[in-house]
Amino acid sequence: MVKEELANRPDNTAFTQQRLPAWQPMLSAGIVIPGFVIIGLAFIGIGVALFVTSQSIQLLELDYTGVEQTSPCFKCSDPNAKNCMCELTFSTDTLFKGPVFFYYGLSNYFQNYRSYGVSKDDDQLSGNLDNFKSPSDTCAPYEYDRNNKPFVPCGAVANSLFNDTFKLYQIVNGAKKVVPLDGKGISWWTDYNIKYRNPAVTPLKNAFNGTVKPLYWSKPAYELDPSDPANNGFINQDFLVWMRRAALPDFRKLYRRITDGDYAEGLPAGNYSLQIAYNYPVLSFEGRKKVVFSNVSWMGGKNEFLGIAYLVIGSLCVVMSVVMLIVYAKFKFPEEE
Amino acid sequence: MSSLSLFFLSLSHLISSPPPSLRVDSRTIYVGHRSCSATEAFIPPKFCDNRIVSSKYTVWNFLPKNLFEQFRRIANFYFLIIFLVQVIVDTPTSPVTSGLPLFFVITVTAIKQGYEDWLRHKADNEVNKYLVTVLEDGGRIQKESEKIKVGDVVEVEEDETFPCDLILLQSSRDDDTCFVTTASLDGESNHKTHYTVPDTEKDLESLNATIECEQPQPDLYNIKIKTGWSLGPENLLLKGATLKNTQKICGVAVYTGMETKMALNYQGKSQKRSAVEKSINAFLLVYLCILVSKALVCTTLKYVWQSKPGQDEPWYNEKTQREKETNLYLKMFTDFLSFMVLFNFIIPVSMYVTVEMQKFLGSFFITWDKDFFDPEIKEGALVNTSDLNEELGQVEYVFTDKTGTLTQNNMEFIECCIDGFQYKYRDASSELDGFCVTDGPVSKLQQKKEELFLRALCLCHTVQVKESEQRGFIASSPDEVALVKGAMRYGFTFLGLESKTMKILNRNNDVEMYELLHVLNFDPVRRRMSVIVRSKSGDTLLFCKGADSSIFPRVRREEVERIRMHVERNATEGYRTLCVAYKILSAEEYAQADAGLREARLALQDREEKLMTVYNQVETGMSLIGATAVEDRLQEEAAETMEALQGAGMKVWVLTGDKMETAKSTCYACRLFQRNTELLELTVRTLEDGGRRREERLHDLLLEYHKKAVQDAPPVKAGVTRSWSSAGQDYGFIIDGATLSMVLNSSSESNSNRYKNLFLQICQNCTSVLCCRMAPLQKAQIVKMVKNSKGSPITLSIGDGANDVSMILEAHVGIGIKGKEGRQAVRNSDYAIPKLKHLKKLLLAHGHLYYVRIAHLVQYFFYKNLCFILPQFLYQFFCGYSQQPLYDAAYLTMYNICFTSMPILAYSLLEQHICMEVLLDNATLYREIAKNAMLRWGPFLYWTLLGVFHGLLFFFGVRFLFSNPALQDNGQVFGNWSYGTIVFTVLVFTVTLKLALDTRHWTWINHFVIWGSLAFYVFFSFFWGGIIWPFLRQQRLYFVFANMLSSVSAWLVIILLILLSLLPEILLVVFRKPRGPHARQVELKHTHTRTRTHTHTHTHTHTLPGTHICTVLHFSRSRSLTLSLSLSLSLSLSLSLSLSLSVPDLHCSNLKYICCDNLTTYFLKGLAVVNGTHA
Repeated sequence: MVKEELANRPDNTAFTQQRLPAWQPMLSAGIVIPGFVIIGLAFIGIGVALFVTSQSIQLLELDYTGVEQTSPCFKCSDPNAKNCMCELTFSTDTLFKGPVFFYYGLSNYFQNYRSYGVSKDDDQLSGNLDNFKSPSDTCAPYEYDRNNKPFVPCGAVANSLFNDTFKLYQIVNGAKKVVPLDGKGISWWTDYNIKYRNPAVTPLKNAFNGTVKPLYWSKPAYELDPSDPANNGFINQDFLVWMRRAALPDFRKLYRRITDGDYAEGLPAGNYSLQIAYNYPVLSFEGRKKVVFSNVSWMGGKNEFLGIAYLVIGSLCVVMSVVMLIVYAKFKFPEEE
Repeated sequence: MSSLSLFFLSLSHLISSPPPSLRVDSRTIYVGHRSCSATEAFIPPKFCDNRIVSSKYTVWNFLPKNLFEQFRRIANFYFLIIFLVQVIVDTPTSPVTSGLPLFFVITVTAIKQGYEDWLRHKADNEVNKYLVTVLEDGGRIQKESEKIKVGDVVEVEEDETFPCDLILLQSSRDDDTCFVTTASLDGESNHKTHYTVPDTEKDLESLNATIECEQPQPDLYNIKIKTGWSLGPENLLLKGATLKNTQKICGVAVYTGMETKMALNYQGKSQKRSAVEKSINAFLLVYLCILVSKALVCTTLKYVWQSKPGQDEPWYNEKTQREKETNLYLKMFTDFLSFMVLFNFIIPVSMYVTVEMQKFLGSFFITWDKDFFDPEIKEGALVNTSDLNEELGQVEYVFTDKTGTLTQNNMEFIECCIDGFQYKYRDASSELDGFCVTDGPVSKLQQKKEELFLRALCLCHTVQVKESEQRGFIASSPDEVALVKGAMRYGFTFLGLESKTMKILNRNNDVEMYELLHVLNFDPVRRRMSVIVRSKSGDTLLFCKGADSSIFPRVRREEVERIRMHVERNATEGYRTLCVAYKILSAEEYAQADAGLREARLALQDREEKLMTVYNQVETGMSLIGATAVEDRLQEEAAETMEALQGAGMKVWVLTGDKMETAKSTCYACRLFQRNTELLELTVRTLEDGGRRREERLHDLLLEYHKKAVQDAPPVKAGVTRSWSSAGQDYGFIIDGATLSMVLNSSSESNSNRYKNLFLQICQNCTSVLCCRMAPLQKAQIVKMVKNSKGSPITLSIGDGANDVSMILEAHVGIGIKGKEGRQAVRNSDYAIPKLKHLKKLLLAHGHLYYVRIAHLVQYFFYKNLCFILPQFLYQFFCGYSQQPLYDAAYLTMYNICFTSMPILAYSLLEQHICMEVLLDNATLYREIAKNAMLRWGPFLYWTLLGVFHGLLFFFGVRFLFSNPALQDNGQVFGNWSYGTIVFTVLVFTVTLKLALDTRHWTWINHFVIWGSLAFYVFFSFFWGGIIWPFLRQQRLYFVFANMLSSVSAWLVIILLILLSLLPEILLVVFRKPRGPHARQVELKHTHTRTRTHTHTHTHTHTLPGTHICTVLHFSRSRSLTLSLSLSLSLSLSLSLSLSLSVPDLHCSNLKYICCDNLTTYFLKGLAVVNGTHA
């Protein structure tokens, strides 16, 4: 009888009786006002730091699409022009502090287009030789050429690899002095070392037997960088940078860093000449091309948005806490008497 | 017994027309399956078997039927469509992302419903497999109840319930009767006498007979039987009734299984859907519209955008041959479908799982609640349907049964009044006669009157003595038993009736014998009964008892005044009062009366009227002896419970099959009617008062009451959804079954509607309504009428007997009480509780909390999916409307399943925004969530706007950050997956922290799941991005998350956006006004109590653990700060005290744990003291 009663009686535990000890926070003015003040001050602090940092970052943007007739690259914007070279000159008044990062930028270019984005074969790019012969059908329409030979690397992304090349010269006393451009470490470390792999075939060229280079490529993948054998195939730095699709239609991608020799400290004040091998057509879709020189800080490249946002939010917090305090004082203290 | 008057039977007709042939509207039953005549070909007629089926599925049809039912839900159907689209069309996400959750949902629901149906099967089996004895082929055979066929002769023993509807053939009692209680059918627990079929052969084996009776009908009180015998309802034993005081009976089954009167009185099990579910469906439609319009906008813009030169097919992204060949309109259509698929996450598939889980798991808290445990029956509450938990917090109308629900159905003699002196029985009294005279002297004369009174109680009744070891009484009315028992306590014991002689054991232990000459039966019109007895000494005495109104005109006026005062006082105290009178009949008088009675009884025509006339003649010129007061004991805390329900804004209607007087006194006792309540009566009696036609009178009364209660009532203030009953005159409404059917089934159609409306309006303006003499289906009719009235209020029915089943099934929420009257109500209810008093906690605490929990759950789910999908929608504007997903597929799938599901589930199970004790003490808090307050369009709009705001913020915040995608200090740039991951990280953190902000009750579980799911998100992201997954075609998230974390800017933007999203919320919480006057009262009360406790801590520091003290201090401070914002309070005491507390407060701000139960009781004790001194 007793046992039966025990069996039926609900357990008297804190959980079953919904009496678990609980912390019952109350958001009251007493907590919120100091909280807002603290957050506000912290934000203002961060905002100031960000703003100052962002202001200190130097940035130089040069459009070289060649739409305007005055532009030195106008002649190259004609789609029929082959192997066209043009030259842009610019000058800096002060030292462009190093290390300087050299970006190229495209606008109205939809790397984030879905059908474009899926048009690649990750297995192929990780060095799987089976996929050299029969690429994944996601690569369509850049899967096979007219002779039914597979493109390697296949797909739209690889096919549209940015192929303008740049050379930078400082004009010292009328003479052109080459500014060395460092192409290492411009892509993600993991992309270069793990995600993208060349097939374990030496020489690399043999792996590409029976395949053709992508339609728009001038050189096959294994000859992308004749100067450095470790920078060829799928682990070519420029290729890797390109393969990481941009988030927005106006984007910039890292091209080179200026870290070596005389320019390790930055680009000294003076005149510079940028020699451009103009290959990449953008006018057909009303795109723009530009180069960007920038140095970076702990927060990355120049970005005014963060600093301003922090400052605005921080100030708003402080203002709100003052408003709350006024409301609080106005309605509280009369009652207390 | 009066229910017999409702029976319709025309004996003469039946006898004159023996069954000619089998007709469609009747059935022929061959007793014992033996054909009546050899010449007639015996065709065994087909009737349904005796199986009771309340379950929905069988093993075979479960899968198809359940799937069909599930896909009838618009949400499930929608997901199925989405899944099919994904399979067929080239879409941005794989079919797995929606197929997997859908499969999960369907499986979980199917398992749950299967389990519930299994329970029903089990319950059905209990009834169906019950062994009964059947007489067959000369022997007794034990058969399972479900195998009984129509025509079987069934044997039933005492205290067993009848397995099907039977015609009584044989009884073990000598007088060919048996006693039956129909408590579980119509709530009348008295013993009813049923008669065997007259003149049947004693040997049932050789009995050869047919019975022709009508096809099954639900009316309990109406049966037409044609047979060679004269049969009537008094020969029919209904399934569900119980055999009493008779050893055993034999009967032939006439209706079985689902065709029994009881089963026909069940209503079909309709799937009850809660108001919350309806809201969900409405919101779902809104979101569906949003979804479709989003897809339409994107599709349109896509083609507008593509029409610009160079955009449709740039050289770097050529179309495949197939794409080029596809028809433009087909492409548009598939694009539209693709967008639908891309945005389909806006309608949360997991919400249904979570809601189901919340309901299923949440209902355990009701079963587990030890306050619902009743030590008497050793059981707690029972949850039959978990779908309606939140409906418990929305109840507007409570329909309650009386017998066994409000009252214990257990009469007790309380006091009496003899010759104007009040006598009250006291156990402790040591007075000689056991009587304690509270006022007035004791004299010889007085004692004589006392004895006369007690003899009257002993003689004037129709009680039978139960032949068993313990002395028990059986009567058609429990009042009579109470009176006889009362007399027994005072020394006069009724020993029984043997061959017309009543024996009484008097105070001196002598046996007195009285010859019973006549019983003048009780009837509701006369409202009294009498007996005529002859004592040993030869005196002929008439004892009469009845309602005061029927006795007072028949006795001498000077006697009345002395008694009237007592009677009225007793009646206002809620006792059932009866007056007792007597008269000594002279020989001539008796001879005249005797002759009159005999003649009237033998009359063939108008017997009733003639008897009535004689009764009225005899019962005159009596002298009043005294009055009695009997209490039908109320259920424990019935009045408190009813008061709490009314305080919570619910209207309580009592629906009972019982007499009006009894029901009325119960209503008074339960404080449903107060002393100042004006009663509007619409009963057969009031209809007959005017002497005009009933219909006319009804019309006039309805108009008059309507004018009183509705038109003249002060108008309800706009904005206040429920008028506070204390304002103005209170009205109570009384109606009986007969009048109700007149109102509902009026002769002309137009009148009927008008009457119904008038009736409803009157009722809705009354604080309480009493409906008496209701048939079970009438109860359901009333519930249905209110349910479908304007504003479709949420109704709750509570009852304990099978007669309440139909109303329990009809109401939105049906509550069964695990009472004495069987388990029918419990089985058919949605929730079952042991006692009425548990209703208070069930509604005020559990219901309130469940509602708040699920309402928040629903709103939160829509919100979190809106701000989940909005960035993805906005991203389409930046990716050429190419259906590029912003988030990785893993994130899309996991968002609702893993990252954000657990915290809201924990919240929806554990949240107590106000602790239970406070909810119970302040019934008015219930009004705040009335009328689906948290799921109306206002709050929905707020949540939607919040979702839009957050979604815009997430997307554009990151968009501005990505104006320069070089976010790392090594100058490297981020791509589209980094973009999505940053947005997603902000999203997961914001929606989780938003929930954290809303959580008022942080148990360790909440802490665990909230911080746990955030940690899980981070861990998962690392893991997902940390490995090259061999089964994935694209390693798009490889190291994206880790790289994101290496960027300071990403960190900063995440923090910024999270805070910016939450700050307005925090501001709103602080500036929000307290929720109306009730909440303020509560806060006020709490400030009082807490302050009081503070002073306690000075003196009793050792009695309270340190943490508790700190909690008290902390609370008084934070509360007073909130109070101060609520402008209207002038609570100088608490504020000054609370300010003085600010110093110790600082020490213990980190010790804010509160133990609700201990403290609250402590507080409330304190409150009483404070209130006292304050006043």
